[in-house]
Amino acid sequence: MDTFIQLTLNGLTLGSVYALIALGYSLVYGILKLLNFAHGDVFMVGTFIGFGAIQLLGGTVNPIVPVWTLLILITLAAMAGCAVLGVVIERFAYRPLRDAPRIAPLISALGVSFFIAYSMQLLFGSELRNYDTFSLDGGALYLEGFDIGNVRVPMIRIITIVSAFVMMILLWLLVSRTRVGKAMRATSFDREAAAMMGIDIDKVIVFAFVLGSALAGAAGVLFALRIPTYATIGFLIGLKGFTAAVIGGIGSIPGAMAGGLVLGFAESYAQGYISTRWSDLLVFVILILFLVFRPQGILGKADIRKV
Amino acid sequence: MSGGYDDELSRPLEGALEASTSEGPTSPAVGRDEWVARHGDNRTRRGGLLGTVEARLRVVPWWAWLATFVALFCLLPVASDSGYVRRVAFDIAIYMLLALGLNVVVGWGGLLDLGYIAFFGIGAYAYAFLSSDHYGIHLPSFVSIPLVVVIGATTGFLVGLPSRRLTGDYLAIVTLFFLLLFLTVTTNGDDLFGHNVTGGANGLLNADPLSLFGHELPPTLEGGLFNPAYMYVVLAVFVVVYVALRFVNLSRTGRAWRSLREDPLAAEVMGMPVNSLKLMSFAFGAAIAALSGTFVTMLSASVFPLSFSFPLLIIIYTMVILGGSGSQPGVVLGAVLIGTLLELLRDPGDSRVLFYAAIVLGVLGAFRFSVKLAVVVAGTFVFGFVAHSIAGASDNAWVNGSGGEGGGVADFAANWVIVPVHVAAWVAPVSYVSLVALALVLTLLHGWARIALLIPVLYLAAFVWENVMIAQPEPTRYIILGVILIALMIFRPTGLLGEKRVEII
Repeated sequence: MDTFIQLTLNGLTLGSVYALIALGYSLVYGILKLLNFAHGDVFMVGTFIGFGAIQLLGGTVNPIVPVWTLLILITLAAMAGCAVLGVVIERFAYRPLRDAPRIAPLISALGVSFFIAYSMQLLFGSELRNYDTFSLDGGALYLEGFDIGNVRVPMIRIITIVSAFVMMILLWLLVSRTRVGKAMRATSFDREAAAMMGIDIDKVIVFAFVLGSALAGAAGVLFALRIPTYATIGFLIGLKGFTAAVIGGIGSIPGAMAGGLVLGFAESYAQGYISTRWSDLLVFVILILFLVFRPQGILGKADIRKV
Repeated sequence: MSGGYDDELSRPLEGALEASTSEGPTSPAVGRDEWVARHGDNRTRRGGLLGTVEARLRVVPWWAWLATFVALFCLLPVASDSGYVRRVAFDIAIYMLLALGLNVVVGWGGLLDLGYIAFFGIGAYAYAFLSSDHYGIHLPSFVSIPLVVVIGATTGFLVGLPSRRLTGDYLAIVTLFFLLLFLTVTTNGDDLFGHNVTGGANGLLNADPLSLFGHELPPTLEGGLFNPAYMYVVLAVFVVVYVALRFVNLSRTGRAWRSLREDPLAAEVMGMPVNSLKLMSFAFGAAIAALSGTFVTMLSASVFPLSFSFPLLIIIYTMVILGGSGSQPGVVLGAVLIGTLLELLRDPGDSRVLFYAAIVLGVLGAFRFSVKLAVVVAGTFVFGFVAHSIAGASDNAWVNGSGGEGGGVADFAANWVIVPVHVAAWVAPVSYVSLVALALVLTLLHGWARIALLIPVLYLAAFVWENVMIAQPEPTRYIILGVILIALMIFRPTGLLGEKRVEII
């Protein structure tokens, strides 16, 4: 039972990060019908910005600001940096290809992904970077918390899970309740018709990239709080985020959350009950099965093609 | 390259009109659609010397191109007895085969197959299973190679099955996950239900060399040098595959593939068996990839999961897209260019020469012979020497860090680019990021503003190259591939020799 609770906790932490990444894929895919391969690398840049921000703020042993301020500052820095990166990518790599055949932006996205990942490796090497959050406040983030049965739920996991869910709810409110959100939904439904109704399509697309990339940046920091990062981590994590988006139903916000959690749990239970070596395999198989048998995902709607 | 133009003209819409290609574009042949004729006209309109050269080259038949190319390739080991050059020639021949296979799936079938490298790996592993000590099976090459090809085609068929339901990017994802699946299985396959199947990360060792009519070809000659015979074998296979694919392309199936690529829906409505065509193109590509895999295993006598990773996939994609997806001579040219480029980047001296040559050619290509060219060249030179002497006057340690190979180019660089003896840690990220940012801004500017910015950007590029990139060939090669992919998609999606696509509205 304790193992089960521990694995569920792991799955929840992992899943909330996947869900944040999945939202970025979903937002962009919903509006542009573009599979943004570079999204995982934006996430990776987020983890590095967080790392750099910690060093600027004096490191984790003796930070110049209180712990909570530090955490908030590095998250905001990563979100801002990634948002800028997302806008630049959209402006220079995707916008010129908006009317090209669909294979063109995909290949361009592969190029962007490669460019970002290896630029990072060029500049900062390929070694692992650890935030070393254990040194913050003498390990308080790991020692404090509450217990379920015999399992300790440390503060650092609570931070990840709660902030991820807060961000997802904020995003959902933004998309469903505000004017911008309405414009985004309209654009995703029918871009041409939305343009004719006076919606500035370019602005909506840029906004989607800002939102998605900022979430990826936040996900990067939340992920790297506990797990070391490196320059080419974005590829695999990005693919998992994409898998989560597809499982949940790409284009749907609650779907991305559900998909992220399903994937997180699946991976965590597979690691615990089967083997850590084969847990990735399970993720791949789940995705392939979903794509083949239910491409619209858990919560998505079946695509009807107009001719 | 063989028959570039010939290939281009015999494109789908006029497939039945092979004979008309020789009549020249000015006289639409009987039965040729007027719109197609105009399209052909647009393509050839190029005046002056270049136009004449192009027209002359067009007359050379495709087999003459192929023969010349192969002959030149065969002369490489004669021209240079270095084992390194021969080994690189073998690698490039393998790249050419892989690019031909990917061209069938991507260029003709129009399917984005991101699992292509997995078939290459499957071929390599299948050969190692059939002819090595691992299972103690030692089939002779003329049995195992056809078997491997059949295995490759069958897996390709099976992986292609989901494409019956999936289209576009979803297909790309399923195939990409197939590649990851393959990598996971091979990396962890040393403990599959208690059996050592794939040797795990240590790979499989002691695979048999190629045996022809009872003779074994040793992969290395006496003295540990690479055996060039393997290069000739792969080249022979390349010629066979090239010619076979050319006939496939001209056949009914080839035309059907291209109609599928242009518009799957319309093809289906016209009664094409879309699904079996897709499966067939998958199987063709996979069979060629698997075939290439066997030679790699033979030569290194071993196979490792790491040889079939995602970067290799991107390398092959860049070859196909640079050369021009859909054009056979194009993808071969792409394979040769990218293969050579990646090799040259390994060596600091070569890569330095390459960098400055690329800059000079790029500027020349952008401005032709004009006043602007003179301004840019003179400006960049003066800018560099001024910056260098200012930096040198304040402290010699700022400019004395250079030195290295590259002959005269290196001497020039040492007197022109600032290369500090000791580079502070912040210099690399700051200069690199500002280079990228300025280069992007450059694309937004026009006229003289662009030229004014171009001069410092060129100098900054040289600075970054000398101080940051030259020392790290591995990330640098991949960064360059990424840039090539993005730039090609935006500025020249047809690649070097690809056909010009006309949007039908």
